[in-house]
Amino acid sequence: MGATDAAPPTASTALREATFAGLIAAGLSFPILALGTEIDFSNRLVLEQRWSWLVIAAALVFVGRLCALLLIDWRARFIAVPGTFPLVGGAALAAMTGAAGLSDGLVWMAIGAVLIVAGFALDRRLAARGAATASVPAPRATNPLFGKVLPSAGVIGLFLFPLIMLWLLGPAGSLKWINNYGIQILIFVMLGWGLNIVVGLAGLLDLGYVAFYAVGAYAYALLSTQFGLSFWLCLPLAGLFAALWGLMLGFPVLRLRGDYLAIVTLAFGEIIGAVLTNWTDLTNGKAGIMSIPRITFFGLPFTSGEGGFASTFGLEFSAIHRTIFLFYLILCLALLTNFVTIRLRRMPVGRAWEALREDEIACRSLGINTTNTKLTAFALGAMFGGFAGSFFAVRQGFVNPDSFTFLESATILAVVVLGGMGSQIGVALAAIVMVGGTEILRELAFLKSIFGNSFDPALYRMLIFGFAMVVMMIWRPRGLISGRSPSVALRSRKTVSGALVNEGHG
Amino acid sequence: MADPGPAADRQPLQRWTRDPLLVVEHLTMRFGGLVAVNDLSFQVGRGDITALIGPNGAGKTTVFNCVTGFYKPSQGRLALAREGRALPQDVAALTRTGRAHQRFPDGDLYLLERMRDFEITRHARVARTFQNIRLFPGMTVLENLIVAQHNALMRASGMSFLGLIGWPAYRAREKEAIDKAASWLERIGLIDRADDPAGALPYGAQRRLEIARAMCTDPVLLCLDEPAAGLNPRESAELNVLLRLIRDREGTSILLIEHDMSVVMQISDHVVVLDYGTRIADGTPEEVRNDPRVIGAYLGVEDEEELIQVEAEIAEVSS
Repeated sequence: MGATDAAPPTASTALREATFAGLIAAGLSFPILALGTEIDFSNRLVLEQRWSWLVIAAALVFVGRLCALLLIDWRARFIAVPGTFPLVGGAALAAMTGAAGLSDGLVWMAIGAVLIVAGFALDRRLAARGAATASVPAPRATNPLFGKVLPSAGVIGLFLFPLIMLWLLGPAGSLKWINNYGIQILIFVMLGWGLNIVVGLAGLLDLGYVAFYAVGAYAYALLSTQFGLSFWLCLPLAGLFAALWGLMLGFPVLRLRGDYLAIVTLAFGEIIGAVLTNWTDLTNGKAGIMSIPRITFFGLPFTSGEGGFASTFGLEFSAIHRTIFLFYLILCLALLTNFVTIRLRRMPVGRAWEALREDEIACRSLGINTTNTKLTAFALGAMFGGFAGSFFAVRQGFVNPDSFTFLESATILAVVVLGGMGSQIGVALAAIVMVGGTEILRELAFLKSIFGNSFDPALYRMLIFGFAMVVMMIWRPRGLISGRSPSVALRSRKTVSGALVNEGHG
Repeated sequence: MADPGPAADRQPLQRWTRDPLLVVEHLTMRFGGLVAVNDLSFQVGRGDITALIGPNGAGKTTVFNCVTGFYKPSQGRLALAREGRALPQDVAALTRTGRAHQRFPDGDLYLLERMRDFEITRHARVARTFQNIRLFPGMTVLENLIVAQHNALMRASGMSFLGLIGWPAYRAREKEAIDKAASWLERIGLIDRADDPAGALPYGAQRRLEIARAMCTDPVLLCLDEPAAGLNPRESAELNVLLRLIRDREGTSILLIEHDMSVVMQISDHVVVLDYGTRIADGTPEEVRNDPRVIGAYLGVEDEEELIQVEAEIAEVSS
């Protein structure tokens, strides 16, 4: 499957290998797909057999593998392999729903077939061109796409995003897109960027990052409900508290490295969760803190009455105003995180973080106080986690310990690792894929027509994550963007290959 | 300085007794039951290239790790006079205070055994390289040299806070740091590879870069752990030129561990020979070379035949 394949296999070997892959897929998916439990009308658990799902999974793998084997160029594979999904899905639709779904099924099959044929055509074309000109890999300069164009286009696009959505879908239709996609993804972009300081730059594996998120959220929740402080005052305070917790975590764990550090940070995340659950006098335990004051437009509440945001600006009241304001707020917070990180990378402390990740002993031999360097990384990463936490609290209006479980830490860490440790743009892309991907699964309701009404694509989230992770480990083991951009250059800035960059030892 | 050679220096007192930079007294390092360094005393002269030699396992790297703070010595005193000279009465006075540093009329005096590794580099200005090269492989050659100037840049950037808001004084200081790095890259012949990752350099260039990186910390004493290991004869000769340049032009004293006799005999002013953690000889290269104890013990030879062969090799190298 790698680029080392010199010649494509013959049709018969490809067929044999694809059959083998299909059988493996059938075997592996048997316990997950072919058997399921259902609760029937009399509330009993019954075993349901879903052999059609097994056939579909095996067929998908078979056709996909066959395409991948017969195509040489990765671009051709990129087009043809996704085509197997509409092809097989359409066939299943046509076969299982009978006359009702026949036309739909045929349309999907046609789309799939077109993609696959296009892939094969492209492959022939590329093979012919490749034979004419022996390809010499160009030296890798910094990719301008990831260096300049993509980030600035992304920022402009993000600032326009709510307005475009509002214009396209109206206030009611755009709410889901701005809230579930926009804000949710941006929270994880910000958390990913914050954790990136600790994990990506300083190379300290932190499995309990959600603790700082929780500290920030509870800091706002408690300060606003108990002392009536405004969000704009609580935001820096929440960051400060989280940073202090970062220092508190930093001190005991500084002597630990690698696995030991990871375990202690994991424990720290669990401790915060346990304290929040059990210190009921302060946190109200599992019930959480309710009626946290909502965000205001610098003092103007987003309410329908007189003196609210809408009436002050002469607008018709709509709930979307608050959502759009929250969107811009988290966007600005995330961009602040990004700005500070990018600037700090060019400061002595940022270079010391990266040097620490590369070789701690060499750092000490150069007179760098590694203790302080680690502490600053912990504190700064925690501060941004705290900012994000207080944003979370003001957005939800309600916090309880269930929002700050290990799964959140794992998701944030996955965003950082998937993005490519240390790469800002990579982390942003990974957050879009991870969080946006989850939300997209909710949109795939049409799959119900294939798999039956009880089918909920969102339940397969973890399965798909796992699969995506395995695929990533094979194709891009160092994340979406693995190259490192130097912090300073004498003549020209050249991307450092990810293979040379250390991942840190804790 | 027109290299006078060790012979011209032969006055009643050698430089390492007359003007010591580092005074090592009764240094002992134990690892559990193993005594790696046993009651070792020697002095490093200011402006000298001092070679620490001895067979494998003699405790040379342990001495290095004690001097640079990576190990805490079990016993002993390591006094370093950053400026002036380490006078015995001053050292004794500082030892009584229980502190690691005191300023005397002559200059600053440090007791290295009381300091942590990074403090030794930062304050006492002792820099080191490693036997197995420890560069920052994923950072560029230039970045490696900038990281070495961390403490100076940290001060200029107001602990990075002022630098974050684009403080002009920091920008000027950073440019200075880049110029300094560039001048070292010129000297070690790597200016054309300044923007390449350090991990992509060939082995010999990595060795030179590690020395340049250590020099970027502005040391008074540069400790080199086998700088010529793995170098070919041409690179080894270039290294000799570089080390002389560091001594003569920068005024930095050098303490080095080396097995390559061509390096040791040609450039050292002073050789200290260790065996089983104790000093068996101490003097100019000629004195040490002709010391039969050294030839026997250092080269680990017992029988006559091998001894003659080795002596012939040494004669060939030094001719």
